[in-house]
Amino acid sequence: MIEMHDVWKTYPDGTHALRGVNIKVHKNEFVYVVGPSGAGKSTFMKLMYREEMPTKGQIFLDNFNLGRLKQRKIPYVRRNIGVIFQDYRLLQKLTVFENVAFAMEVIEAPKKLIKKRAMEVLELVNLQDKLSNYPTQLSGGEQQRVSIARAIVNNPSVIIADEPTGNLDPETSWGIMRILEEINFRGATIVMATHNKEIVNTLRKRVIAIEKGIIVRDELRGEYGYED
Amino acid sequence: MKIRTFVRHIREGVKSVFRNGWMTVASISAMSVSLLILGLFMMLAINVNQFAQHLESQVEIRVFLKVNTAEEDVSRMEFDLESMPAVKNVTFVSKQQALSYLRTVFKDDQSFLDGLEGENNPLNESFTVEVKEPRDVSTVAKAIENWDQQEPKPIIERLRWGQGTVEELFRWTEIIRNVGLVFVGLLGLTSMFLIANTIKLTIIARRREISIMKLVGATNSFIRWPFFIEGIFLGVIGSMIPASALIYGYYRLTQSEQFQHFLGFVQLVDWQTIAYPLGGLLLVIGLVIGAWGSIFSVRKFLKV
Repeated sequence: MIEMHDVWKTYPDGTHALRGVNIKVHKNEFVYVVGPSGAGKSTFMKLMYREEMPTKGQIFLDNFNLGRLKQRKIPYVRRNIGVIFQDYRLLQKLTVFENVAFAMEVIEAPKKLIKKRAMEVLELVNLQDKLSNYPTQLSGGEQQRVSIARAIVNNPSVIIADEPTGNLDPETSWGIMRILEEINFRGATIVMATHNKEIVNTLRKRVIAIEKGIIVRDELRGEYGYED
Repeated sequence: MKIRTFVRHIREGVKSVFRNGWMTVASISAMSVSLLILGLFMMLAINVNQFAQHLESQVEIRVFLKVNTAEEDVSRMEFDLESMPAVKNVTFVSKQQALSYLRTVFKDDQSFLDGLEGENNPLNESFTVEVKEPRDVSTVAKAIENWDQQEPKPIIERLRWGQGTVEELFRWTEIIRNVGLVFVGLLGLTSMFLIANTIKLTIIARRREISIMKLVGATNSFIRWPFFIEGIFLGVIGSMIPASALIYGYYRLTQSEQFQHFLGFVQLVDWQTIAYPLGGLLLVIGLVIGAWGSIFSVRKFLKV
């Protein structure tokens, strides 16, 4: 499903975010990406939905070579990926409902279906009472949940989640994990960067640890492995 | 694109006009002010042009015939003049008409004209020739003179068409027209630049919004359409405000007797004549800059 071959990423300021990453994530896998802050986790995630391009190496997603992808084909590949952003990335001028609906308008879904499906996922993340609120009127945790709802609304085959529980209280975090497990169970591949030791150690999945831009550990039923 | 998506783009574009509050106000103001100035100069230019045209149309050729020219020669001359392609109109002025004309000119003291009636009338018969193109007046006059001299018995005593003055007049009307055109052109370019730049600034403020849309899987055209619609709305509003202000102001001006008095013999162009071309032109400029400015500014941020 996702493959990286000798991927390097150097930012214009000279930071080597990734240094020769090789990885293969299979369809329907659930993968945690762990590691200290600044280890390259976010870069690793951004490369998968092509917000960043690798300096060297190749990335395949669903048999698309992301480095060779034509500019006008990118949107169609992204529609197959639901991204949960660490910094939410909500459209500030749209309401909660409109933000989620936007992802469906993009694929030209019929209005009725948009309404039904958007309501469904917003109930799933427990935001049915905040439909007409604007992002600025929401707490960090609530915005995070809108971002999650938007990511899953189109039933993508891949979910890229960058610290989806980073701003949530434990109870909501577990709620989010239940949702992710549910979509994983239905067939989606999930890659989730996290700092949440409790979740990683309880819901055992494959764990990839990145340190200083290099994969230092890749275990099928791994542990968090850091003290924080 | 599906119809519902197109409807969505229109809806979003219109909503965006309101959502972006101050940015919309900024774009519309920039456009209104620039187009107001542009429109003002256009009105001035149109009037100057009409005045120049009016002056030019006053130009005509007077063909004075020798005294005692036979009647058949006069009608032959009239026919020849009328059949010239460059000639618009030929009027024959008889001795009697010339005298009556003098009487109207010297209506306060016309006693010296008494005794010049009938047989004693010393005035020449003449033709007044209007040409289609005032600029051709010298050429036509010279042509008339030429072919009369080639006749066995020339009947023209002299021709008058404001020799010298006419050329000077055309030189000046030409200069005034060109200066007006260049001025309006430069002003048009400047306002286009100003407006496009303001729109660009408002769109730069929305680059994050655009990048999010791209990351969610929107195609470039999906993002562009609402901006395009929004640009059109900005264009319509931003051009109709100055257009209506200008047309109303001009209407009041043409209705003002005081102002007409101040202008003297210069006649203003009708407000109706000016309203449509001016309104239409400003609207087109507004639409083009609004739509093009939006599309063009968005383009840069679509490469996400």
